Amino acid sequence: MTLPDLALYLVLPLLGIALLLALWRLLRGPRTPDRVVALDLMVTLGLGTIAGYAIATDQAALLDVALVLALISFLGTTAFAYYLQRRPEA
Amino acid sequence: MTLIQGLTALLLLTGAFFMLMGAVGIVRMPDLFMRMSATTKSATLGVSFMMLAVALHFNDLAIGARALATILFVFLTAPIAAHMIARAGYLRGVSLWQGTISDELQGRYDEETGELESGTPAMAPPQGEPED
Repeated sequence: MTLPDLALYLVLPLLGIALLLALWRLLRGPRTPDRVVALDLMVTLGLGTIAGYAIATDQAALLDVALVLALISFLGTTAFAYYLQRRPEA
Repeated sequence: MTLIQGLTALLLLTGAFFMLMGAVGIVRMPDLFMRMSATTKSATLGVSFMMLAVALHFNDLAIGARALATILFVFLTAPIAAHMIARAGYLRGVSLWQGTISDELQGRYDEETGELESGTPAMAPPQGEPED
């Protein structure tokens, strides 16, 4: 089994299962902070998926996307935290 | 399969395993703070393993620097983001798990300003007339 095959048939499916589990928590999460944590986890899993896909397709350019996604996700999570703290109800 | 390829495969699988464990943690853990503790640590570790695998696989200085920058950035920001959500959740009164033994933050956050009082716990302020 070559390395791209390993990434494509073993690593990406594992990450896909992880994404589905995080999605379950995102949809079900009893309160908003749980959903925000699930969203944060999904972005981190997306970073891993990009890394695995870059190896599977041998395209290093995808790593730029990972870097930008990490930046954006931090801003988004921080914004959600401020929003949660300011909002008076539920 | 060369040594580098074997090492890359090992790093990839380890990273995917840690990320899967983070996702299992977010489903199985009973309250917000435990979920956060499960996901933040293991998913960050998983990302860093996978980025190391990418840096090894492409074997190029620019790509390796990008992968290391991503690792550094995730390591810097993930704890801050988790802390901010946990703080917002605590201030909003997210309930703890019923089996929680102690809550050291109980009553120590200022409701108005959101500031955390510091110092040793369990020193109740003296009840009585304030001085002048």
